[in-house]
Amino acid sequence: MNNPGDTYDVLVIGGGPAGLAAALSAQQSGLRVAIVDDNPGLGGQIWRGDQHKPGTPEAAQWLRRVATAQVKFISGAYVYEQPEPGLLLAETFEGRRELGYQKLILATGARERFLPFPGWTLPGVAGAGGLQALVKSGLPMAGKKIVVAGTGPLLLAVAAYLQKQSANVLLIAEQASQLLSFGLSLWRWPSKIFQAIQLKRELAGIRHLTNCWVESAHGDNRLQRITLRHGQKTWDVACDYLACGFHLVPNVEVAVFFGCELQEGVVQVDELQATTVPGIYCAGEATGIGGLELSLVEGQIAGFAATNQVQQARALFAERDKLQQFANLLNRTFALRDELKRLPQPDTIVCRCEDVSFARAEKYPEWRAAKLHTRCGMGPCQGRICGPALEFLLHWQPESVRPPVFPVKVGNLIRDAGSLIEQEQ
Amino acid sequence: MPDTVMLTINGHPVIVPDGSSVATAVAISGAMAFRRSVHGEPRAPLCGMGICFECRVTINGQSHTRSCQIVCQNGMDVQTDE
Amino acid sequence: MTLPMTSKAFDLAIVGGGIVGAACAWEAARSGLSVVVIERSVIGGGATAAGMGHIVVMDDSEAQFALTRYSQQLWQEIASDLPDDVEYEECGTIWVAADEEEMIEVQRKEVFYQERGVAVEILDAAALRQSEPNLRSGLRGGLLVPGDSVVYPPCAARYFLEQAQSLGAQLRSGVAVVALSNDGVKLSDNSLISAGITVNATGSWSPLLTPGIDVQKRKGHLLITDRYPGFVRHQLVELGYLKSAHSISSDSVAFNVQPRKTGQVLIGSSRQYGVGDPKIEAAMLSRMLSRAAEYMPGITQLSAIRTWTGFRAATPDKLPLVGQCPGYDRLYLATGHEGLGITTSTGTAKLLIDQLLNRSSAIPIAPYLPSRVHQEAIHA
Repeated sequence: MNNPGDTYDVLVIGGGPAGLAAALSAQQSGLRVAIVDDNPGLGGQIWRGDQHKPGTPEAAQWLRRVATAQVKFISGAYVYEQPEPGLLLAETFEGRRELGYQKLILATGARERFLPFPGWTLPGVAGAGGLQALVKSGLPMAGKKIVVAGTGPLLLAVAAYLQKQSANVLLIAEQASQLLSFGLSLWRWPSKIFQAIQLKRELAGIRHLTNCWVESAHGDNRLQRITLRHGQKTWDVACDYLACGFHLVPNVEVAVFFGCELQEGVVQVDELQATTVPGIYCAGEATGIGGLELSLVEGQIAGFAATNQVQQARALFAERDKLQQFANLLNRTFALRDELKRLPQPDTIVCRCEDVSFARAEKYPEWRAAKLHTRCGMGPCQGRICGPALEFLLHWQPESVRPPVFPVKVGNLIRDAGSLIEQEQ
Repeated sequence: MPDTVMLTINGHPVIVPDGSSVATAVAISGAMAFRRSVHGEPRAPLCGMGICFECRVTINGQSHTRSCQIVCQNGMDVQTDE
Repeated sequence: MTLPMTSKAFDLAIVGGGIVGAACAWEAARSGLSVVVIERSVIGGGATAAGMGHIVVMDDSEAQFALTRYSQQLWQEIASDLPDDVEYEECGTIWVAADEEEMIEVQRKEVFYQERGVAVEILDAAALRQSEPNLRSGLRGGLLVPGDSVVYPPCAARYFLEQAQSLGAQLRSGVAVVALSNDGVKLSDNSLISAGITVNATGSWSPLLTPGIDVQKRKGHLLITDRYPGFVRHQLVELGYLKSAHSISSDSVAFNVQPRKTGQVLIGSSRQYGVGDPKIEAAMLSRMLSRAAEYMPGITQLSAIRTWTGFRAATPDKLPLVGQCPGYDRLYLATGHEGLGITTSTGTAKLLIDQLLNRSSAIPIAPYLPSRVHQEAIHA
């Protein structure tokens, strides 16, 4: 099971935009570079392709560059443990891989934030990006009635994508109210204006409400309808799917596992994208939600910095600063409204792995007590879904991360598991 | 490369485009639930990216496998909590 | 001694809200004492949360047997009242014999338990395999102790404390105790809780508050899997456990797996002395799991969702310290339970409160009195 050849000068964890950019920049130094990612293909969530086809022309271009560069891609592999410095263990569907590294670049991206409301556990209720990912991997949408709800720029992109897949997108319900001023400030980022105009064209004909959110979802064993609120008005809409996400949460767990310090919930990095742990860099959404362009620039800086190409890294600082301002505007615009804190009812499930209700969890003052006494956050997602939700609802601070970072087979925590399994056979 | 793959879901053959995830195949198959929760509620994928563990099924005898992260292969045997 | 009549705020201040402190609080409140429990963090959040929750009758010594047996009977008395989340289940223990030598130990144990009224049953190789199909073939047999059970300890501790609170006990949580004295408990904010009697029930941390007592940290690792109902049916413990767990000097691992009521499998166990760092050690975890896989090869295929460590409070003779702390009049100990704190929490509570109220105990208390291991002077 060991692959002694799997040792790299630079190992990039995460094959989304930041990871791709990091790997390509690092590779220019001539060093051995690899990307390890838990998904079957490169591109991360935002550039996830439709089955074998790249998602966008831009994605296709970056993927082509990676394909022609000497960058090794280790797919379908979850990094879960570091048994000794410079050595990582990753689990694949087939088994375990050992990956040696000199420098590490963390490009672990982000996930959607989910907030509990009555009925959010029904099949048919998925994340906005979640539903898009399923459709990209083949789920047919033709004629399906869909409401896209929650908050964030992702909603628009998802609605446009689903519409293109012949779905019947009934409504985009955005909880934020400041979209107008957001639009007006786009002039500072010309590329964003172009994207916005293009998106607007794609979204033509789809009803779009701000200050609007889903209060509850209903159905017997499967979603049948949702109740929406817009100001004082509430009404029901029958639909096949609700695509509902509340902007993004940085995936910091891997960084925390390596001992990298966080600052306000995101991985703390210096101007060269170096974390507080020597030899470990971080780029993209894990350092703060900032979008695709910022991820690409941060990735390049990290890739250059990790391979002593500091001049090349510095050349990108100005661009990063500019994009960072856009990111700040973005995060201000899509701040969550307090009304969402009142959506979960006492019997609403907050921890989906362990079926812990809001009433049971909120009796406790903080995470660890709730975990120990209700199993909230103790299931296989290890609190990745209920954690950010409870952070918003009850201001609970997340806990430290222990190995395995992701659930893995017991045998993969045994260093000589291969021989053990063979003995039995 | 063939354009479709065939796998079995809860004993029934399902044909999906090559490159589809097992999660997609399960959704297409019409199975009531991917898994049953601790209290027996039906559940289906939420995050679509391997984080929420709601899409867990048994693939080739391996239970608790995240179906959204696995690409369908010919002859795969998938079981859900019906 | 009898409880002094004082003008203190509480008859009893218990430091430590683990399962032992919580059980003592319940017994005290039930006996009419005014009691306060002081917990620096979460109820049942220390060794209580880190342990397996195996309620087991042990036979290392007569004293260990007496306390575990008595404690188990106390658990059985309350079993039907325990809320669901305590997950009490009488799954029984199987002591697994790998070879002929260990089978001789099975026979010795059978006699020992039977002579003392504990129901047991010898399993031959076939019966063992039938009872636990996921054990490897080739094991020699085992001893089934059907009355042993498992609980989810943090909820058990919380339940004990809630019972105490319903009888008037107070809880001060989120505050650290910096010193104990005959007068009571000094807190980190310099305030004092005055109490007639103070009990140190802080497990492996207890020497910090009562220096000089011989309680050592003994680190353990555990792993829990996703849900696989029926994969394991009884608590399974290898008999090599006795040899390795007895070794005080060196690190050891043993095959020790538990079926949780949730269908999860809890995999242990490891024992290390002289390690104060709670971090998970990949090498030790690997050794422990490797041992489990030797007995149960299929265990390697289960999905592991969490690992953790904890510190047992170990004493030289593997018996807890329950009673007056040498050198003090009104400072008592309820600590040193090593790996048996969940089991013996109930018995400990009885023996402690019996002493405070001058009641006679159901079992002889001498083997557990702290004075037995305190020949040397303790500074006051």
